[in-house]
Amino acid sequence: MSNAVEIYELEKTYEGGTHALKGIELAIAEGDFFALLGPNGAGKSTTIGILCSLVNKTAGSVRVFGHDLDRDRAWVKSQIGVVPQEFNFNQFEPVEEVVINQGGFYGMTRKAAKKRAHELLKQLGLFEKREGMARALSGGMKRRLMIARALVHGPRMLILDEPTAGVDIELRRGMWDFLTQINKQGTTIILTTHYLEEAEALCRNIAIINEGRIVEHSSMRNLLAKLSQETFVLYAREPVESLPEMPVVGSRLIDDETIEVDLTRGQELTGVFDVLRGHGIVIERMKNKTNRLEELFLRLVQDDDAAINAEERP
Amino acid sequence: MSIRSESDAFDHQGPGEKAVGLTPRGAWNAFMMLLTREILRFGRIWVQTVLPPMIMTALYFVVFGHLIGPRIGEIDGVPYIQYLVPGLILMSVITQSYANSVSSFFGAKFARHVEELLVSPMPNWLIIVGYVAGGVARGLTVGGAVTLVALLFAELSVHSVLNLFGVALMTSILFALGGLINAVYATHFDHISIVPTFVLTPLTYLGGVFYSINMLSEFWQQASLYNPILYIINGFRYAMLGISDVPVWSTYAILAVGIVIAYLYVLRLFRNGIGLRG
Repeated sequence: MSNAVEIYELEKTYEGGTHALKGIELAIAEGDFFALLGPNGAGKSTTIGILCSLVNKTAGSVRVFGHDLDRDRAWVKSQIGVVPQEFNFNQFEPVEEVVINQGGFYGMTRKAAKKRAHELLKQLGLFEKREGMARALSGGMKRRLMIARALVHGPRMLILDEPTAGVDIELRRGMWDFLTQINKQGTTIILTTHYLEEAEALCRNIAIINEGRIVEHSSMRNLLAKLSQETFVLYAREPVESLPEMPVVGSRLIDDETIEVDLTRGQELTGVFDVLRGHGIVIERMKNKTNRLEELFLRLVQDDDAAINAEERP
Repeated sequence: MSIRSESDAFDHQGPGEKAVGLTPRGAWNAFMMLLTREILRFGRIWVQTVLPPMIMTALYFVVFGHLIGPRIGEIDGVPYIQYLVPGLILMSVITQSYANSVSSFFGAKFARHVEELLVSPMPNWLIIVGYVAGGVARGLTVGGAVTLVALLFAELSVHSVLNLFGVALMTSILFALGGLINAVYATHFDHISIVPTFVLTPLTYLGGVFYSINMLSEFWQQASLYNPILYIINGFRYAMLGISDVPVWSTYAILAVGIVIAYLYVLRLFRNGIGLRG
């Protein structure tokens, strides 16, 4: 499969000297659902800004669907739809006009753009609001409006910068379903998000960026396999006086009905349940205490920060 | 519904081949969409955009034309109230075409919906032409509305229809470009009123809207010749009344050179992303 995006030695230094990107390299396959994660100020939005032509790069090269961004910029733009982090539509325009105008800017006739806008607004549950002013929409509706606007010209690649920020859980799940559906239809999706469970649920491949450098670039499955330890919380049916010896690296009693156990790779929960059952302790329910991706993310970023600090030390 | 749409607005090229963005038809659609949006924008707020210049013009005619005008008599053989008409019409064209570009583009920058254009395949020149066309549309619309008001107070005549439309059109293009340059540099709302208040208005008032420079002393006559708006207003006055303080060719020369310089300048600003891209 060919690559939707190829980034080589991309650098960006802003006026004022901030070195936002320090030679990043990235490849995103066509049809992928790709997560670009990193802490605030890591360089995610700068990378996306360069891809969308909203930020001028300082050095390096970017290819989109095999076309060089510098040489074929207008063509590359025509292949991309962007959902930015902040609301950036005219709040004083009717909802449907926001989408229709964008279709026009991508060369569609008004008639074609209107037809398409109505289809998308229906899909995203905004059709009834189409004649109202955009400023009257709720935060979640505004996010969906930006998704409709980004898709009006039928892009091959959709870039979403924090698309579910401020969206309630039910709507977020709905947006996940919608994005999964369009990805299945062949649209490459690049997602940045602060909700790591969102990246874990949706994305097949991932890159983690920190201080302008890529610190991890692999499949979600490989990345999660690096996790060596997980913590589970077990809830007992009746009060537990003391914990028996268990085949895990750590266990503790949080209160008289709550037990925490730490498992490394190769250890199984069935062994824990067997021991507990043998001591008359019945577990009613359980949960994974930590978000696995979150734990990995923090560890990778902290390791990278430590490495940077060590380099900078004389 | 397929999420993809097969559009003839784009150039379809394989990897490695040189590919342009919009086809000529797609570019035309994009231009029309931007122009329509601009016209709808100032049309929606006509109470702020079209009505005030009409009221202002009516007041000028009442005060300067009817109350003070009879004491002045004629200028270059034309009754004073009639002498005022070309200058007042063109003053509206100048201020409104400038105001449209500067307020619309700065508003788009401020609210960040200028990004809708910057991420689209519209080339820079087309975005500029779209905004300028919006400025021209407002300038000429208000110019037309002010002409209707003038009809209530004075007898209108047209000496040269071609010059009338030529000067009005080129003037609105030039000042719409000026407004765009102002908007690109502006970072606060204050910045979009500095040039109209401290540069455009004084130059327009001193550019012969209300008088002929022949009425001034030799020094001020010479000083006035350094005001480019003098040439523009006199060119328009020639088109309506057949009288002018300067040769008509100088009007076109000033406008043509101004348009070329302003266009190239704003194109450079867009290309470098000044005030637009990080």
